[in-house]
Amino acid sequence: MGTEVFLSANPVEGLEQQLVFGIATGSIYASLALALVLIYRAMEAINFAQGEMATFSTFIAWTLMATFHMSFWIAFPLVVVLSFVGGVALERVVIRPVERAPILTTILVTLGLFSIFNGLSGLIWGYTIRTFPSPFPVTPISLGGVGIGFQDLGLIGVSLVLLFLIYLFFSRTKLGLMMRAASLYPQSSRLVGVRVGWMLALGWGLSAAVGAVSGMMVAPVLSLDPSLMQSVLLFAFTAAVLGGIENPLGAVIGGIVVGVLLALVGTYIPHAEDLRLVFGFIVIVLVLLFRPAGLIGRAHVTRV
Amino acid sequence: MALLELQDVFATYGSRRALHGVSMNVEEGSIVALLGANGAGKTTTLRAITGLVKVQGAIRFDGQRITGVATEEIARLGIAHVPEGRGTMSQLSVLENLQMGACLRHDPKAVRQDLDRVYAYFPWMKSRLAQPAALLSGGEQQMLAIARAAMMRPRLLLLDEPSLGLAPIVVKGIFKIIEAINSEQGVTIVLVEQNARIALKTAGSAYVLEVGVVAVSGLARELAQDESVRESYLGY
Repeated sequence: MGTEVFLSANPVEGLEQQLVFGIATGSIYASLALALVLIYRAMEAINFAQGEMATFSTFIAWTLMATFHMSFWIAFPLVVVLSFVGGVALERVVIRPVERAPILTTILVTLGLFSIFNGLSGLIWGYTIRTFPSPFPVTPISLGGVGIGFQDLGLIGVSLVLLFLIYLFFSRTKLGLMMRAASLYPQSSRLVGVRVGWMLALGWGLSAAVGAVSGMMVAPVLSLDPSLMQSVLLFAFTAAVLGGIENPLGAVIGGIVVGVLLALVGTYIPHAEDLRLVFGFIVIVLVLLFRPAGLIGRAHVTRV
Repeated sequence: MALLELQDVFATYGSRRALHGVSMNVEEGSIVALLGANGAGKTTTLRAITGLVKVQGAIRFDGQRITGVATEEIARLGIAHVPEGRGTMSQLSVLENLQMGACLRHDPKAVRQDLDRVYAYFPWMKSRLAQPAALLSGGEQQMLAIARAAMMRPRLLLLDEPSLGLAPIVVKGIFKIIEAINSEQGVTIVLVEQNARIALKTAGSAYVLEVGVVAVSGLARELAQDESVRESYLGY
């Protein structure tokens, strides 16, 4: 799987080096985890198609660059916007009919979307592995004896910027407040005139856009094929659960913790490469058993 | 023409029929009390108006038929509804609750003025804006719900049992504010109450519901003086 390629492509050296790699891979998980959290906050369900949607967006970016010769920094915002529109449309067309159905129905629909997007990517772009240009220079810089690639710094930076933007959006804007209220208190929100259905669609749009960013960040590292985001999705899910599934900050911290743990496990436990997926599941089970609200998820405030 | 008009409204809750042909008129600028025992259909009548239950019959707001219209669109027409249980957005802060009331308005200056007016009505609110609404007492949550509705600058305000579970002194304070919202801002109010005595003192006219139909209606002052109405319907 691609993730291993990424890890072993970097020379294994001291602990500091491992931490840097861990944080960088963790940032990839963090960005997709952010997308998962956005959907979860809007409809209290995991979107299993999140990774495949991101892969699809990434292929569109690849086409824009390879076929239409756009530069990365033109294709990037264009694909983010397209993904946002696509996410909104997807919610209106596919999720809206099951809006009032039990949550299990919604989850099954997202599983269906997983297959559809995976199949579409394969059908349109095929299964050969393609290289995806990196937006960052490849030359590493040295910080206190630790070699850090611009690629790593870029991944970390993009995740932090995404987190900051999402934080600003939900805490400082009226629309963000309306989205939070609509998901937590749909009836009260309707009574003040909020079109709750559109807020959910907006949540899908945002999350598809964030997923697209994640895909375009991962693709240069893992190289692009229809299964690009599959292992990433599992670790992103681990990260989201670890951080408290409703908490954007938790998702990013969770992503980095998972990235670092995986890097350490990969270095210090022999043959652990094969156990990475198992490791992800173990973390999920442990968190759900002992701290269902996540490491920094907060219990809901109530007055009795 | 009445601001709000219900004409022969039927509503079912699950399999149970809750309203059997309710008709009423609410004049612009008035306070109308909706009284009756538990289960008489008071709450259902309010829920029918804002589209929270399916109804048959005609409901008109400002001459426009709103039967079958989605709740959020009815709210956008200028109807605020403080529902049973107050609809507190308990994880949001006090200020965010108030902002949600004004979330569709595009007149920030007037919104700020309305916030100041709310703080004048409820001075305790200003020092507790950052607190989660869940930490407020029952009376404070009721005040917050009314304040949030007032922030919508509605034309019609529907209040579902604002006195429920509150100490008499708190109830008195809340009803004073309800009167102020009506007289100072010209908001028409429909008031569902179990506490007929205070409701009849506040309202200009009243409807008494009994098992889903209007049993008696008239001027609040006259109903309050009518022994037989008080004994058979209002229980005081």
